[in-house]
Amino acid sequence: MNRRSNAPVFWLLFGAGGMLSALLGTAMVYLSGIAAPLGLPPAAGLLDHARMLAFAQHGLGKGFLFVTVSLFAWHAVHRIFHSLHDLGVHNGAVAKVACYGTAAGVTVVAGAALLAVGW
Amino acid sequence: MNVTRKAAGRRPYVRPMGGWWKRDPFFVRYMVREGTAVAVLAYALVLCVGLVRLAQGEAAWNGFVDALRTPWSLLLHAVLLVSFFVHAKSWFEIMPKTMPMMFVRGERLAASAVTRTGWAAAAAASIVMLGLAAWGVAS
Amino acid sequence: MPERTIEIQVLRYRPEQDERPFWQSYTVPFTDDMSVLQGLQHIKDDIDGTLSFRWSCRMAICGSCGMMVDGRPELSCKTFLRDLLPGPVRIEALSHFPIERDLVVSVEPFIRKLEGIKPYLIPKEPRTLAEGEYRQTPAQLAQFDQFSACINCLLCYAACPQFGLDGEFTGPGVLALMHRYNVDSRDGGRAERLPVMNAEEGVWGCTAVGYCSEVCPKGVDPAHAVNQNKVNSAKDYFLRFLSPKGASA
Repeated sequence: MNRRSNAPVFWLLFGAGGMLSALLGTAMVYLSGIAAPLGLPPAAGLLDHARMLAFAQHGLGKGFLFVTVSLFAWHAVHRIFHSLHDLGVHNGAVAKVACYGTAAGVTVVAGAALLAVGW
Repeated sequence: MNVTRKAAGRRPYVRPMGGWWKRDPFFVRYMVREGTAVAVLAYALVLCVGLVRLAQGEAAWNGFVDALRTPWSLLLHAVLLVSFFVHAKSWFEIMPKTMPMMFVRGERLAASAVTRTGWAAAAAASIVMLGLAAWGVAS
Repeated sequence: MPERTIEIQVLRYRPEQDERPFWQSYTVPFTDDMSVLQGLQHIKDDIDGTLSFRWSCRMAICGSCGMMVDGRPELSCKTFLRDLLPGPVRIEALSHFPIERDLVVSVEPFIRKLEGIKPYLIPKEPRTLAEGEYRQTPAQLAQFDQFSACINCLLCYAACPQFGLDGEFTGPGVLALMHRYNVDSRDGGRAERLPVMNAEEGVWGCTAVGYCSEVCPKGVDPAHAVNQNKVNSAKDYFLRFLSPKGASA
C-alpha cells in the first residue's frame, strides 16, 4: 500500500483515446465501413487508392491516421484489461502484457505502414 | 484495540463474487459500456490492416477495399457503429464525474450540461469530418 | 378486519452453529408506516430473539443500519415495507463484507482506511486564537459541503464491485472524505494524503462504475470525488518533477 501507481500513464492514453473515439469514432465507422464501401454520400470514391494514398502521404493525414489508430487501441486495451479483472481473470501480469502489448504492436505497425507509404 | 485476534466464536463468512455483474441491471449496463472497448479495438485493427495494405501497394489496397464491401464486413461495421454510439453516450455521461465542481454565475454547473456539451462537440466534429470527406471526394 | 402481514426473509448466519448462511422466513404484521428496520425489530422482539442487526438513530443519520434489501444496499430505517409489496422482502448483510453474524458485517478495515487519510483539518500554518476564526465564502463552503455529509454507512462499499473484488481498495467513502478535507480552504494537508490517493489501491482502483453515488443516502456523490482525483493524481504523477513537493494544485 502507498506505493505510487503508474496507472496515470495508461489512464491518460485511455482518456485521450476515449475522447477521440467518442467525438469521431461513430462518423469514422460510418464513413470507412459503410458509406464508402457502399458508395453512399458523402463518401463515394473516398477509398480510391489514389485519394487514400494522397491522404496518407500528407502530413496532416498521416498524423490523423496514426493518432487515431494508436489512441483507439490504447483506449480499448486499458478497458479490456480492467474488464478481464472484473470477470475474474486473475493472472494480472500475463493479461497486462497481452493487452498493452497489443496496443504497442498496433502503434508500431501503424507507424511503420504510414512511414512506408512515403510522402 | 486488537483487531487482528479473533474473539472467541468469530468465524466471518466471505460471500463469493462470481457472476456479480449479473445481480443488478446497473452492473449489466456497466459491463455493456465496458464491452464497447472490444468494438473500438476491432475497428483500430481494421484500420491498421488497411494502413498495412496501403503501404503494400495498389493491388493490396484494392483487395482491402473489396473485403470492406463484403456482407460480413458491412454487418461487422453496423455492429461497430452501434457500439461506438453506445461508447460515446456512456462516455459523455461519465465525463462530468472527472471534472471539478464548477460554478457559473453562482449556480453549480449541472452534470447534464457537461454531457450536452460533449454531445454538441461530437456532433460538430462529425459534421466537420463528413464535410471534409465530401470535399476530399469532390476535389 | 384480518391483520395485514408481509413475509420477510433474512439471510441468517450464526458462526458457532452454522456452516454457512441460510435463508429464514418470518411473517410480520404490516402497517403502511413501517420501515424495514421496524420489521426486523418486530422479529427480534416478538418472533425470534436470536436475530442480530445493527441500528441506532432510526432516522438515516447514524449510518448503522445498512443492509441489502431485495439485492440493493439500503438503510433499513429509510426503506419502507409498503414499497416492497407484495414481498417476500429479502434481507441480507451488506455485500462485499465478511458476515460476522446475521446482518452484522466486519467493518474494521474501513475504520483503518478512514484513519489513514487523516480525516481532520490539518492547518496550513500554525494559527493562534488571537487570529480569530477561519472565514469562508459560500463558494468555498460549496466545494466540500456535499462530501462532508457522509455518515459512514458503507452502502457505497456494498455497491462497489471493485471493493468486492479487492478488499484492499480504499473505496468510495474514504476517498470522498479524503476529497472533503483536501478541498476545504481551511486545510493544508493535501500532500500528506497524496500517497493514499496515488496508490493502486487509491483512486486507481476505481473503474467509474458509479453505483456508489446511486445508492448513497446522503447525496455525497463519491464517484465524483474519486474520479475527479484521478485527474489530480495524474497531475501529481507528471508534474512532480517540476517542484520538490510535487504539483499539489
